[in-house]
Amino acid sequence: MLVPIRWIKDYTDVNVGVHEFVDRMVLSGSNLETVEYFGQGISGVVIGRIKKIERHPNADKLLVCQIDVGKGAPVQIVTGAANIFKGALVPVCLDGSHIPGPLHGQPKTEDGVTIHNGQLRGVDSFGMLCSCSELGFDDKVVPVVSKDGIWILPDEFEPGQDLVEAMGLDDAVVDFEITPNRPDCLSMIGMAREASATFGTPLRYPETQCKKVAPEKSEDYIKVTIARPDLCKRYCCRVIKDIKVEQSPWWLQRCLMYSGQRPINNIVDITNFVMLEYGQPMHAFDIRTVRGAHIIVDTAADGEKFATLDGTERTLTGSMLMIKDAEGSTAIAGIMGGLASEIEADTSMVLVESANFLGDSVRRTSKALTLRTEASGRFEKGIDPNLAKDACDRFCYLVEALGAGTVLTGDVDVYPNVEKPVVLNIRASRMNKLMGIEIPTEQMTSYLNALEIKTEVNGDIITVTPPTVRQDLLIEEDYVEEISRLYGYDKLPVRIPAHTTEARLTPMQELRNRTKDILTALGLDEIQTYSFVSPKASDKVRIPEDSYRRQFIKLINPLGEDTSVMRTMILPNALEVLSTNWSRNIPAAAVFELGNTFFNNGKGADGLPEEKDALCLAAYGDREDFYLMKGRVEELLTLIGVKGFEFVTESADPSFHPGRCADILKDGEKIGVLGQVHPEIAESYGIDRPVYAAELEFKRISQLVDTEKKYEPLPKYPAMVRDFALVVTEATKAGDLEKTIRNTAGGLLESVKLFDVYRGVPVPPGCKSLAFSLTYRSKDRTLTDAEVNDINTKVLAALRDSFNAVLREI
Amino acid sequence: MKEKLKELAQQAREKILGAASVAEAESFRVEYLGKKGKVTDILKSMKDLAPEERKSLGQAANETKAQIEKLITDKMAELKALARQAQLAAETIDVTEPGTVVPLGTRHLITQTIDEITRIFTSMGFSVSEGPEVETVFYNFDALNAGPNHPARDMTDTFYIDDKVLLRTQTSPVQVRTLLAQKPPISVIAPGRCFRCDTPDATHSPMFHQVEGLVVDEGITMADLKGVLDSFAKQMFGSSTRTNFRPHHFPFTEPSAEMDVSCFKCGGKGCRVCKGSGWIEILGCGMVHPNVLKVGGLDTEKYTGFAFGMGVERIAMLKYELDDIRLLYENDIRFIEQFK
Repeated sequence: MLVPIRWIKDYTDVNVGVHEFVDRMVLSGSNLETVEYFGQGISGVVIGRIKKIERHPNADKLLVCQIDVGKGAPVQIVTGAANIFKGALVPVCLDGSHIPGPLHGQPKTEDGVTIHNGQLRGVDSFGMLCSCSELGFDDKVVPVVSKDGIWILPDEFEPGQDLVEAMGLDDAVVDFEITPNRPDCLSMIGMAREASATFGTPLRYPETQCKKVAPEKSEDYIKVTIARPDLCKRYCCRVIKDIKVEQSPWWLQRCLMYSGQRPINNIVDITNFVMLEYGQPMHAFDIRTVRGAHIIVDTAADGEKFATLDGTERTLTGSMLMIKDAEGSTAIAGIMGGLASEIEADTSMVLVESANFLGDSVRRTSKALTLRTEASGRFEKGIDPNLAKDACDRFCYLVEALGAGTVLTGDVDVYPNVEKPVVLNIRASRMNKLMGIEIPTEQMTSYLNALEIKTEVNGDIITVTPPTVRQDLLIEEDYVEEISRLYGYDKLPVRIPAHTTEARLTPMQELRNRTKDILTALGLDEIQTYSFVSPKASDKVRIPEDSYRRQFIKLINPLGEDTSVMRTMILPNALEVLSTNWSRNIPAAAVFELGNTFFNNGKGADGLPEEKDALCLAAYGDREDFYLMKGRVEELLTLIGVKGFEFVTESADPSFHPGRCADILKDGEKIGVLGQVHPEIAESYGIDRPVYAAELEFKRISQLVDTEKKYEPLPKYPAMVRDFALVVTEATKAGDLEKTIRNTAGGLLESVKLFDVYRGVPVPPGCKSLAFSLTYRSKDRTLTDAEVNDINTKVLAALRDSFNAVLREI
Repeated sequence: MKEKLKELAQQAREKILGAASVAEAESFRVEYLGKKGKVTDILKSMKDLAPEERKSLGQAANETKAQIEKLITDKMAELKALARQAQLAAETIDVTEPGTVVPLGTRHLITQTIDEITRIFTSMGFSVSEGPEVETVFYNFDALNAGPNHPARDMTDTFYIDDKVLLRTQTSPVQVRTLLAQKPPISVIAPGRCFRCDTPDATHSPMFHQVEGLVVDEGITMADLKGVLDSFAKQMFGSSTRTNFRPHHFPFTEPSAEMDVSCFKCGGKGCRVCKGSGWIEILGCGMVHPNVLKVGGLDTEKYTGFAFGMGVERIAMLKYELDDIRLLYENDIRFIEQFK
């Protein structure tokens, strides 16, 4: 909501500087977007009257003008603008004058532009005529008559007057952010009401009574029927004759321009002015176009075609509310008038409509037609129907005051159910209880009265009657806000509540924290990627067509395919991240993400999808290999308390290298997979070197965690160590050998460790040598060489029998 | 014999003092004092001498022996010291070469920011609640007192799965879930991901993080709201931070406010970060709307509460002066590791 400071002073006498105005308005509840200062950076520009226009002798598109700038002899200025005419008042930049610019067709500069005398194609030009936008105004507020050329000023000024001074161009415009609960503030009177309460200055309502009306009555010219009182709360209108369409006076144009509206002509400008002033959209019809002198507010015929005044033909549905006459539709209620009812140059009698349409109905229609207008936006937000008559009268008053027409007696006002204020009993004690202070009831009522809320005190009870424009005051708490914001949030006390609750993290939250600690300690960087992905990412990592990982939760309105489904795994995102890093020549990267995945299986509560924490590790770089990634997973699982997990060969996971992939099992249940990402997949992400990754079902793992720990006495007796190396075929798995060793050696085996893998002479081709170190120990005695040798011999025999493992000398 | 001893002593002295190594010095011990050593030989030959003579010679021989012994010990100590010195000299390294580390990884900046906010609130007695990212319209809007025509419900603002299910646009639905699951006193925060239909650019991301907060108990007032959030601001942005509460509007709080903090870069004088105002908007807050408390089945006469919500990216970006929100989701490890 743009609030020009000069304009708001018409309604209340705020006599403070712009800064203080803004600061105090913000503290009382109006949110500031920006403050814009107009008229700054303009100096030496005067008003001139064009006395003579001649063709430029050397250029077809230039004109040579003689301009009266109030200094006796006219000044000669060359211009290229086509919209000027003899007798027009125009802004003249004399030699040395300064304007904000930018000059037509040039880029904007910070410091503006200084104008000097010069020659154009051999003809002297002692300055420049300028356009509205060259003086710093937005193109969209430039008056229609001056749209494509020099600013043709209203004929109210004298040649030689300083432009800024004479027209009052210097003004600050404050842009307030109006929250959706306060549509009443989308009007100058609404903002003035806030300012009045904030600064304690009385609120003045504008004049609405015409001085002299024609004896004919509006009701003689028009009849109104509301066929759908459920969609139209009120329809008020008046008739004006002897319309004279011309430019509005400057004061009115200025109000519109500084509020972001383009001046068009007096009739349209007044409708816009009253809309800005009251917040009530107005519409003016050429009464000749109202067939049968009858306005009927009713819904459209299904499939009806209707041309709106923007020149578009639209197809309507039976739920859209229309303004009709005896023969058909003339406007879409609250949105836009029809092409046929537009005010024409020869319009002599108009019907001005000030109606109230149901916001929801306007919203639905506006949405269905994808047609949004200033009026529709205002109806959607909600307008007080009690404003309609005042706004209608104000329109007529201004028509009369501007000499734009003669207003007829009376109005036609159909208002079946008068909107009444929501009267409430609020408790002063409750106000204080919620604010945490003790302020007297009289102080509360004075704040409320300042907002035009009527009060009646009866002990603790305050009976409040808000003005009907305040549609947001419905419950007691709404009044806490009114009182506390005028008291000042900054003056409310500060208190820290006593700790009545004990802070704790859930086991899952603790586990996530611990996991991130461990993984960062293992040198991985944490990444955060989007929860929504492209379904194509699953193709890229070769997820089978029938996999549960393709049962996506789909967005019906995604930004694009890349973010159209919720992720079911993190690997593709992690590969994307590695790809980004690799493409930036980062030689090594090791990352993880612990986050949500989503499954379209209805297993969540309230019919929601199942959300499961997943964990993905991924890395490339010189240091990386399968066993480093496996080591990280082992260390993580061990440290978070997963016991007895194992890795088994997986050669059929399409995301991974068939010879370098393992499933991670716990009691036979798969809790994750790890391996070298299939080289073709890595290549498809643009990474032409091995990438290792693991994807873990973190939620399931969290249920398997057993952090129970018990003290184990330190060994009292010495250990005996036996090392041996075995030659086996390449296909033989170290893990299988280890299982056999453990099974055979029994309780005295403390640990077994594979400490070397060797290939090459003298080991025959197709074979490898695995060197194990076995540690034997008893808890209650010193072992003898003989008994350990005995066990070790059995172990070797078992290995020989099961795997053809041949003992190798070391 | 005495002459011979003297001569031996002299000879040994020269040799020992000339020894170049510990081993050589040690060899003289054998040569002179060993079982077949030269001094030992003299002592052995004394048994044939007269007692008088034996006594005097014995004394001289023992003296010589002690002399040599000491010479050797001293020489060896000297040589050992020299050897150690040489060794230390040889082992000298360039201590200005870089240290060897197995570098730790780094938590993502968003996680670090959430961690810090969480730490502050848990120190004030808050627990951490969670809710689903794919949420129902009921929890995300209806139960939070957002009217049926609230603009945030539009498909241009909110991602929908179907007409009843959406991607949560705020962490506020966790307020409702908490109210339904717990009885007062309640003090919880709820960090998490949120989604809105914003095309990514330097300041917008369709996915972002919020931290929600909710306190409900008997006798909670606006003073408590100010106290807790002011304390949070001081812990988060520095003890000299000041706060400013401005009236605002949210459907699920009444009264509502926005909290600004004095700019933590310039201290309030006005700079690029605070756009010259000296203040930075950090969070939205307010007293829990009775309609929301009622969804939780609470007696609104007895219980009151306050709620707040803040944008994690916004705080991280302001604190570290990031100029592009997309850096957070691009995951260039050089960016991530800047916040080690």
